[in-house]
Amino acid sequence: MPEAKLSLRGVTKSFGKQAILRCIDLDVAEGEMICLIGASGSGKSTLLRCINQLEPVDDGNVWLDELDISAPGLDLAPIRRRIGIVFQSFNLFPHMTAMDNVLLAPRRVLNEEVQGLRLRAEEEFVRFGLALHKDKYPDQLSGGQQQRVAVIRALVMRPEIMLFDEITSALDPELVGEVLDVLRELRAEGMTMILATHEMGFARELADRVCFIDGGMIVEQGPPEELFNKPQVARTQEFLRTVLRN
Amino acid sequence: MVVAGVSTAIVVLSIVMLVPLAPGWEGVKTSFFNGEVFAKTLPKLLKAFLWDVAIFAWSVPLIFALGLAIALARAVRSPALFPLRIFGAAYVDIFRGVPVVLVIYLVGFGVPGLGLPRPWNSPYIWGTVALVLTYSAYIAEVLRGGIESIHASQRAAAICLGLSERDTMRYVILPQAIRRVIPANMNMLVALQKDVALLSFIGPVEILRQAGIFKSLLANFTPYVAAALIFLCVTVPATRYADYLMNRDRNARS
Ligand SMILES: Nc1ncnc2c1ncn2[C@@H]1O[C@H](COP(=O)(O)OP(=O)(O)OP(=O)(O)O)[C@@H](O)[C@H]1O
Ligand SMILES: [Mg+2]
Repeated sequence: MPEAKLSLRGVTKSFGKQAILRCIDLDVAEGEMICLIGASGSGKSTLLRCINQLEPVDDGNVWLDELDISAPGLDLAPIRRRIGIVFQSFNLFPHMTAMDNVLLAPRRVLNEEVQGLRLRAEEEFVRFGLALHKDKYPDQLSGGQQQRVAVIRALVMRPEIMLFDEITSALDPELVGEVLDVLRELRAEGMTMILATHEMGFARELADRVCFIDGGMIVEQGPPEELFNKPQVARTQEFLRTVLRN
Repeated sequence: MVVAGVSTAIVVLSIVMLVPLAPGWEGVKTSFFNGEVFAKTLPKLLKAFLWDVAIFAWSVPLIFALGLAIALARAVRSPALFPLRIFGAAYVDIFRGVPVVLVIYLVGFGVPGLGLPRPWNSPYIWGTVALVLTYSAYIAEVLRGGIESIHASQRAAAICLGLSERDTMRYVILPQAIRRVIPANMNMLVALQKDVALLSFIGPVEILRQAGIFKSLLANFTPYVAAALIFLCVTVPATRYADYLMNRDRNARS
């Protein structure tokens, strides 16, 4: 049994005949920040969805602490509470205010008194600069504000790991910064994070480890300065040349 | 605008002037548009229409409750509950596939025919049951369409927060789905209000039955015309309102 906070062993996933993930091994230590980079369609989103069991894996195991969360027949709801995730878009529930979005799951799921919960949520709104927006509906918020609410919503569940799937890629460029600031803040707190991203500069600045994914495999991984400055594998070199040129 | 106004005026005028020239007009006028009969029968017809409204009013909650249950049965994901989905699908197929009148006849005459004691043989009860059976099938289908129109990522977002399937449906999917199908349901309700009149075939003295009684009594068809007008007073505004909601929806989404 692996020691890490989260461990993937031989994780394999296909849609129909198409193999999307091929035997992925990955260990994530507590407090570590991992960035997944790779071309569109390489399998980054699928990998994240297999980690929180939104997609069942075909083969292999996912361990969260001592628990094999990919074992069939498990009640997944309590496990998913421990893993927060924010998607690229369509995160928020449009019929609820930002505050109600944030409070829905903890109210239904956590045994916590509502008053304290609301206070805790309000603190998070303040911390991420949304104090004035907590009673607005999602369509009254900018894309960047919506994503920050989605992060708050995941955080009030007190997750042990956070997954982020290209949470800035649907945003206008001027809004990307405010969302990346949120990630910096979480990084400073020592949150364990896995982040699929196109923001190479950001990955270089903050990641403990960068994994380059291609064709459903982790082709190369390492600390950002190594992976970005002297990639070893030809595919990685090629990918980095293309994205860094743009 | 002007063109539309002028051409409408011409059409209306020619109908008003030409129809009375038809040879049978005098006869039609006295037996269908008799002002005296109209005035005499209107109060009682309005009173009978209250039955239509009452039957409508108590049917609607039952229809929505049963329709929602059927729609949810068709939306269950667990393989163990697959029979429930089949049942839901069969229910919808059957009751949408049979004319309302037939269901009313079969339930309204069939069940009391079992020799139930009063008040359980009341045509009001079994007529209501027939309407509820038929219309819940339609509403279930509308609701299911609404549920399926909600983007899969909404479900994913809810599930990922650790909400149960049940809470996800109740707090995330259904509120959005129901809002989205309100206009379609409004149109269903207009159709239901009209179909309540079909219960006249199995006994309740609602407006159509009352008009029939007057017709036999007075040997005049005007009560039917009056009944039609009463229906129009309710259904036209309701239909317009549904259209308004539908348009507002479309504009909001585009
Ligand atoms: N539910 C699904 N059914 C069938 N194929 C799927 C499904 N989800 C993803 N795929 C396929 O799996 C492959 C990997 O998709 P994935 O979304 O994981 O890539 P990605 O690396 O996240 O790409 P992007 O950078 O564009 O987000 C793609 O070819 C995609 O078409
Ligand atoms: Mg993706």
